[in-house]
Amino acid sequence: MQPQVEIQLIAAVVAVACALPGVFLVLRRMAMMSDAISHAILFGIVVAFLVVESLGSPFLVFGAALTGVLTVSMVEGLFKTRLVKEDAAIGLVFPVLFSIGVILISRFAGNVHLDIDAVLLGELAFAPFDRLMFNNHDLGPKALWVMGGILLLNIILIVLFFKELKLASFDEGLASALGFSPALIHYGLMSQVSLTAVGAFDAVGSILVVALMIGPPTSAYLLTDRLSRMLSISAAIGVISAVSGYWLAHWWDVNIAGSIATMIGLIFFLIYLFAPRRGVVALLRRRNYQRWHFAESMLAVHLLTHLGQPEEARECHRDEVHKHLNWQENHAKRVVRRALQDGYVHLDKDILRLTAIGKKLAGKAVVE
Amino acid sequence: MNGLNEKHKPPRDQAAIWVEDLTVAYQDKPVLWDVDLAIPKGVLMAIVGPNGAGKTTMIKAMLGLVDPVAGRVEVFGKPFREQRRLLGYVPQRTSVDWDFPTNVLDVVMMGRYGTLGWFRRPGKAEREKAMHALEKVAMDPYADRQISQLSGGQQQRVFLARALAQEAEVYLMDEPFQGVDATTERAIVDLLRELRKQGRTVVVVHHDLQTVPDYFDWVFLLNVRRIACGPVETFFTEENLRLAYGGRVAILGERKPIADDAKSL
Repeated sequence: MQPQVEIQLIAAVVAVACALPGVFLVLRRMAMMSDAISHAILFGIVVAFLVVESLGSPFLVFGAALTGVLTVSMVEGLFKTRLVKEDAAIGLVFPVLFSIGVILISRFAGNVHLDIDAVLLGELAFAPFDRLMFNNHDLGPKALWVMGGILLLNIILIVLFFKELKLASFDEGLASALGFSPALIHYGLMSQVSLTAVGAFDAVGSILVVALMIGPPTSAYLLTDRLSRMLSISAAIGVISAVSGYWLAHWWDVNIAGSIATMIGLIFFLIYLFAPRRGVVALLRRRNYQRWHFAESMLAVHLLTHLGQPEEARECHRDEVHKHLNWQENHAKRVVRRALQDGYVHLDKDILRLTAIGKKLAGKAVVE
Repeated sequence: MNGLNEKHKPPRDQAAIWVEDLTVAYQDKPVLWDVDLAIPKGVLMAIVGPNGAGKTTMIKAMLGLVDPVAGRVEVFGKPFREQRRLLGYVPQRTSVDWDFPTNVLDVVMMGRYGTLGWFRRPGKAEREKAMHALEKVAMDPYADRQISQLSGGQQQRVFLARALAQEAEVYLMDEPFQGVDATTERAIVDLLRELRKQGRTVVVVHHDLQTVPDYFDWVFLLNVRRIACGPVETFFTEENLRLAYGGRVAILGERKPIADDAKSL
């Protein structure tokens, strides 16, 4: 495989592996926990590295993942004292662990692959150089194997515990009453997030881990009403961001991880604007429609009130009606034009008269 | 008073729920103090008491959602942990996020998860039971509806349907009448009565004192400590209400002030 293809493949695998547990983080309102975990694991990575003296060891991956879980329990422990709010607890815990990690790197590991630039944004471009060899056979980039394994594990866990994750995320009380320990599910999910963050950290750095865990699920949330679809749409958005981000970086000759994070932000923004039902544009359109619809209803009710009455010719004359409704003349004209277009009224010698559906509209407006 | 209470106390192994010396505290502050309670099988019981009396905590303790610092809860003579299947739970409607990406049928099917246990996925049988439960609360036309599109009353009915899908023996409901319209209130009352007719036991945290004699046959007055428990006609008295609400309750029989007073306490 060419390095170009390999980098895109790694980026896509990392994106999906992060997006899947990210869906549950977003739904459980724990988005900021991914920030805490992805930074705090640096401490675990450095300590584990100093112990095993190899970056590729599975021991390092699991050791560092433990730090993630430790972070979560430290945040929760601090929060439970009620002396500190939860967001403040997050803000206190992870910078401490992160900065201890930074100090340890500069003090003890300054001359190895762990450097502080890579910590924040990773270096996807170098990922293909670190190969997995077996009996002198080249099996491909190591990052692809590590993240592929983590992705597979994430898929298996989510498929296996889909029902439990859904229940505990939606209604913790019921989950507990039914005997599904929410604490177990919570810490299970946190372990999964930590493991994913550690795996992705090496390739893409801590900022992109947060972007990949939170961006695609938040975008998918605006597009669907079903949890299963939210998972698959998140995965798809992750892949699209990864590949388009790679090409953005290629053309502009910039950092790949940064470009991917930019694409995630851009895709979210587009979905935020143009999502079919929840997007800003759809919302404005609906509001606009409702405004006119309400105005037409008012007109219809007015016409119905004076229908067949002696004053009808005056009250319902096309050029007079605005005076009786106390509307701006232009506004009244536009409402009348719309009502004519929509078939609610017709003109009978300049007198506005309700059609059958116009009467229905007025009737409905009054009842409601 | 206690003597009278004793007379209405079913023997331990026959009680649907048996609570002994239950004390629950949050951060050293007791919300329930040494509560004894025996709920006979087949009653429709209201838990009433002022805000902060520990009504919700009482229900949560019966379900094992909070750990008591002292005392025990038994369900049909056994620790509740062994009897989870027998308990149906209707939490407060506002306790969940109704923007969660799921639909009505899916929420009701969650009532079947306990019977399914870990790993097993809901299938056709669960779907049918959930649909059946939805029919009971007249929400079957909404089965495919996204839950964020429901009104408050509809949300409450969905929660009731979910509890029905649990096919429990004892139902514990936390303010099912909170913020629902008159139609839904009527529908809930009918449902509670039907459950009682089937011999189920129903325990409801209730706020509107005025409707207690209409809706319920058993009452538990609570204010951190047990005030009284027994048949409504014997124990839902002015004196007991005064004990529970601290003497600020207007005379029973007046229409509104009682419930309002209770809330403002």
